[in-house]
Amino acid sequence: MTAAPVIELDNVSFRYGDMIALENINLSINAGEFIGVVGPNAGGKSTLLKVVLGLLKPSLGSVKVLGRSAFESRTRIGYVPQYPRFARDFPITVEQAVLMARLGQTRWWGGYTRQDRAKALQSLQETETANLLKRRLDTLSGGQLQRVLLSRALACDPQILILDEPTANIDQRVEVEIFDLLKKLNERLTIIVVSHDIAFITSYVTRVACLNRTLMCHETAHIDGKLLDQLYGTHVHAVEHRHD
Amino acid sequence: MYMLWSIGMTEFFTAVTQHHFLQYALAAGLLAGLGCGVIGSYVVVKRIGFLAGGIAHSVLGGMGAALFFGFSPTTGAFVTAIIAALIIGMVTLHSKEKEDTLIAALWATGMAAGIIFIAKTPGYNTELMSYLFGNILMVSRHELWLMTALDLLVLLLVGLFYKQFLAVSFDEEFATLRGVPVTAFYLLLLVLVAVTVVLLIQVVGLILVIALLTLPAAIAGHYTRTLAGMMLLGALLGMGFTAGGLAIAYTPDLPPGAVIILLAGLFYILSLLLYKLRTR
Repeated sequence: MTAAPVIELDNVSFRYGDMIALENINLSINAGEFIGVVGPNAGGKSTLLKVVLGLLKPSLGSVKVLGRSAFESRTRIGYVPQYPRFARDFPITVEQAVLMARLGQTRWWGGYTRQDRAKALQSLQETETANLLKRRLDTLSGGQLQRVLLSRALACDPQILILDEPTANIDQRVEVEIFDLLKKLNERLTIIVVSHDIAFITSYVTRVACLNRTLMCHETAHIDGKLLDQLYGTHVHAVEHRHD
Repeated sequence: MYMLWSIGMTEFFTAVTQHHFLQYALAAGLLAGLGCGVIGSYVVVKRIGFLAGGIAHSVLGGMGAALFFGFSPTTGAFVTAIIAALIIGMVTLHSKEKEDTLIAALWATGMAAGIIFIAKTPGYNTELMSYLFGNILMVSRHELWLMTALDLLVLLLVGLFYKQFLAVSFDEEFATLRGVPVTAFYLLLLVLVAVTVVLLIQVVGLILVIALLTLPAAIAGHYTRTLAGMMLLGALLGMGFTAGGLAIAYTPDLPPGAVIILLAGLFYILSLLLYKLRTR
């Protein structure tokens, strides 16, 4: 994989009314990187992702994704949201939810094609959830749902994968499995993942972006207690995780 | 009881074979049932029942104005329903917090304008009652053709854009990321709701439209895994309720619109109880 920048943020600021969420963010992400975005609550992590996804337009500065504007490139990004935006009791099967990723790449009229179904199945196989194909979405456990949402993100053949706290509501065993899978996917995809657990993700990611309205980027080897205290504005205890 | 029911049904079906107005009423009920099952499914899963109610009630303003100025009330209903749907849709998209107030305002002012127009039009009492509570027994051949055309339009658009409507109903944010023009499809969906409201006003009147637009689909949702399944079962139930309500109302000479809604409401409560027991 060549090390060309796939995402470039140049002096990006974003405000919700009077509240500044992002301030002068400069960030360049190369193809093949695995970036962890960490920081305190309301530090702007989800806002940053939405700016990169083209869902929010920066108040100042510019965003380029894959050489074009973020909005134009949005269909080439796979996205796993922090909280599912849909009603959990919506009458939909796993297959149909994943097939939705084919919109924009399939015909505009009628149903999905055989190729779309094959792609959806392949994505489900990649996250080991193909056996759930015909299950209603509201019958899945939290871990199963996250894997299915990851399949949905993969089924659009993305070049970049963006995940907003994908393991926030699931147990640690499943968290390890999902990050192991992400590590494998990083062989072909650029990945950005938001996480609260800086100690956990440092063993997976290549670089950490520490965000608390402004941004500091660091190689994972340089993360220490002093940096964490500075980022969170209070003393933070680092807990070492073991992933045997 | 069973004897009375049986006699009533026999009497109804005999009358259907003899009277054109009953044949038309039955056909209107079946056509309305089809529309309410398909579009009602979107209303239920997208949780826009209040919005649909707002469109339905504001329609009285357009019907009243059309009647007063000598146009067809159905034309007035159409124009008002579509305008109301677009106004509510734009406000929902751009200022979510004002949605409730705007719907309530359109709901009440539409009805108020309609009542004033109808009050100033000779013969208002009959007209007003039939708009509010429906008059399925007065459906004409021309109206049947119109209902058929509306059903075909709804089925055609839903068939063509099923994927996009499903995505917009399920997860607007994800649909945006997949390049779906969410605003356009959301507004088109609301226009289809408006069209269906006009379709249903013929059968149950604008006050009861909201029930027929939600109850059959909501019952179907208890038993189906997909939106398409919900639409199919919802349409069958809608047809069953309209035909059944018409049949039950015939012998004791009850208002058919009200009986149709009571029948749907009764089945909904029973289905909800069964669903809760099953999923407990």
